[in-house]
Amino acid sequence: MTLLRNLVAAFGLSLAFALPAQAEIDIKAVTSPGGINAWLVEDHSIPFAALEIRFKGGTSLDADGKRGAVNLMTALIEEGAGDLDAQGFAAARDSLAASFRFGSDADTVSVSARFLTENRDQALELLRSALIRPRFDADAIERVRGQVLANIRSNDKDPGSIASNLFDARTYGDHPYATDGDGTAESVGGLSRDDILAAWKGAMARDRIYVAAAGDISAEELGPMLDRLLGDLPAIGAVQPGDASPVFKAGITVKDFPSPQSVIVFGQPGIGLKDPDYFAAALLNEILGGRRFSARLMTEVREKRGLTYGIGSYLGNFDHAQVLIGQFAASNDKVAEAISVVKDEWAKIAKDGVTAEELDKAKTFMTGAYPLRFDGNGPIASILVGMQMMGFAPDYPRTRNDRVNAVTMEDVRRVAASLIRPDALYFTVVGQPTGVTSTE
Amino acid sequence: MPHRTGRALAFGLALFALPAQAGDVSHFDLPNGLEVVVVEDHRAPVVTQMVWYRIGSADEAAGHSGIAHFLEHLMFKGTEKLAPGEFSATVEAQGGTDNAFTSWDYTAYFQRVAADRLPLMMEMEADRMRNLRLPEADVLTERDVILEERAQRTDSSPDALLGEQMRAAQFKNSRYGIPIIGWRHEMEQLSRQDALDFYGAYYAPNNAILVVAGDVTPDRVKELAGEYYGPLAPSDKIAPRRRPQEPPQLAERRLSLTDERVSEPYVYRSYLAPGRRPGDQKDAASLAVLAELLGGSGTTSVLARALQFGDNPKAVYASASYDGDTVDSGQFGVYVMPTPGVSLTEAEAAMDAAIAQFLADGVNPDDLARIKAQIRASDIYSRDDSGDLARRYGEGLAIGLTLEDIDAWPQVLQSVTAGDVVAAAQSVLDRRNAVTGWLQAPEGAPVAPVGAPILPPAVQGATE
Repeated sequence: MTLLRNLVAAFGLSLAFALPAQAEIDIKAVTSPGGINAWLVEDHSIPFAALEIRFKGGTSLDADGKRGAVNLMTALIEEGAGDLDAQGFAAARDSLAASFRFGSDADTVSVSARFLTENRDQALELLRSALIRPRFDADAIERVRGQVLANIRSNDKDPGSIASNLFDARTYGDHPYATDGDGTAESVGGLSRDDILAAWKGAMARDRIYVAAAGDISAEELGPMLDRLLGDLPAIGAVQPGDASPVFKAGITVKDFPSPQSVIVFGQPGIGLKDPDYFAAALLNEILGGRRFSARLMTEVREKRGLTYGIGSYLGNFDHAQVLIGQFAASNDKVAEAISVVKDEWAKIAKDGVTAEELDKAKTFMTGAYPLRFDGNGPIASILVGMQMMGFAPDYPRTRNDRVNAVTMEDVRRVAASLIRPDALYFTVVGQPTGVTSTE
Repeated sequence: MPHRTGRALAFGLALFALPAQAGDVSHFDLPNGLEVVVVEDHRAPVVTQMVWYRIGSADEAAGHSGIAHFLEHLMFKGTEKLAPGEFSATVEAQGGTDNAFTSWDYTAYFQRVAADRLPLMMEMEADRMRNLRLPEADVLTERDVILEERAQRTDSSPDALLGEQMRAAQFKNSRYGIPIIGWRHEMEQLSRQDALDFYGAYYAPNNAILVVAGDVTPDRVKELAGEYYGPLAPSDKIAPRRRPQEPPQLAERRLSLTDERVSEPYVYRSYLAPGRRPGDQKDAASLAVLAELLGGSGTTSVLARALQFGDNPKAVYASASYDGDTVDSGQFGVYVMPTPGVSLTEAEAAMDAAIAQFLADGVNPDDLARIKAQIRASDIYSRDDSGDLARRYGEGLAIGLTLEDIDAWPQVLQSVTAGDVVAAAQSVLDRRNAVTGWLQAPEGAPVAPVGAPILPPAVQGATE
């Protein structure tokens, strides 16, 4: 996995909905008899529940020389467990109409489950077997390894992946963030069953677990359920990596790729979630590179000049690095102009800040959009786990918009001057851009 | 085909997702012909408004490919009351999101906002239904944007290029063979007048469906819709959609796309198939169930079991898909990405052998029972997402189904028998009725897949 989200995919035909005025959800903090903490939003109107479990660490826990072990392990969790082989497990899950999704990224391994009230116990027993008794059968390992290798080869010919990986390699030094969590053909090819077992024990332990549930389940039911589901996981997992020291230097790296368009990834240092200026920075980024059509980069690069289909930036708040990253694609003969416009906007906002009108609009958007995120059991469970991992309290949704509204023009001006760094804005370009060359 | 036929594949099981309980869905018409559907969901103070026009790229005149989609972009460029860009800016200023999308059969616009902002959304959407104004300069810049969109979505993707070529080979007479976004050389010639002509002919209340989903009552929607959409004049140019139909395909069609950006070769085959028809969804339901049985699961489906498992698996991935949500012909697809060292010839032969075996063996009752269980459950799960329900009703009505058809779909699916599935398979899975496409890298190039992400989607980095 890469540290870049696919911003471009967020534009256009997306049906992703955002939205109300304040997040009026009632979050209960639950502690199971066995000591597992979870957050819960009860809603009994539809007879199913969503359960989200995350383990801190993710692919960054890969041991030396074992890049891709956590990713492959995660892809194998559901491929046979307990008495069931891969096909038996899938058939059992589908008969219950439950769904389990397992994923990994640089910072987390995640489990997203959805199950009907009418067969909840059976569904959770099945999920438990995957978490506690995965088989990692030899034939499943080879089959899924083949899929991972195909994916790696595919990404090696995808300009977006190439640009992201190049950006990460140039930025994160010897930290795990510098390389793709999927691993390489060579590293994944060399993984043994023991490596996968070690990755499982290291990544999915109780000392790094975060849990949330939403839907048709009560606090009384949730506690014992979590003990049964998770109580037999190892108590202690692998040591977490240290912080990265991302290095950003103004410049451009071009990598040749045969395509009519180039993909451009750019970035500079960011700011932490716990920084007192975080919300000023979030508003600043919303004005500069938010997904709204009226954000500055969208206005200048797309709306006024037609240089791209979509452009945006975001604050990347990772466990071990804080960055401000952007991405777009442009036809090769338009790349130079588009980069120049981005640089101009960077310099302009650093020097002049934003207008009062822009700040007002960004506040209205951010505060208005926030409650719209809590729209369904699955999204709510996911958001709740995210809040726990970021260290927020259960009342955070009620106070968050006040924090946004408390930001002043002076705050934004100060943060613009210190955070936005034209001298540290680095671009990777993958394609065959006209008139753009590497600066090194 | 993982990336390209997202419309069919991405929905997967969602094909089965059912409407909310009938009591939550209401339906009425305004005197000017606007059809209105209300999907109630009072769990959160949120509402989605969608307006669907029964007009898409397959309704374009020859030589003007892409105009339906271009107009969709230009609909954000203002009216007498709103300056260019002000529509989205106003939605955003309310904390909402808005966007639009175009297909062969429809064009739709939506906003998602706090429930108390619905009147403003209706006022703006009604305004641009009849009062669009297009400054020439904005039209030209936006044409550059859609050309960039084509470059990004299609020209940068060998998958998309193969898909485009295959549709062009499949549909010789129907406009379904022409890409929604348009052929580049025709897009470059699209003008302001083309857009205004298309708009004037087709954008009117009697060619539209309004769907409102979320925290709102039918009475309130009736009141608001009457106030904002009620005064709009209907168009007298709206005629039944009688588009050129695809004749029966009698001879197999094959093509091969070679591109140096390909890492993993694959075989994709698309059969011409019937779609859902008003009052007659039986064949479509049988094909939907067939797609699930044949290739809906990467572990337990017929193709997965035959090609991805065993001592000498032929495929990294194998899948099947069905798209019958169409006004005219539908499509049924099968896909195989071979394991390294297995040729496309060999992979295709293995796929055909697996299909033949399925036709000989018939349907495994356990497989069918599992799929039926999931269809039942999707009735429950689908109620968690009223925005998605809004999309299903809007799309169904836009392609000519009735509300009764849409509500009946789950039952029609549930009533499909093993015999129905085999009969559907026998009538559609005939290579004389199909286009088979190969995607490959040039000779001598290192070979590898253009697969969909195989793994579950990566969890995003933390966001506040």
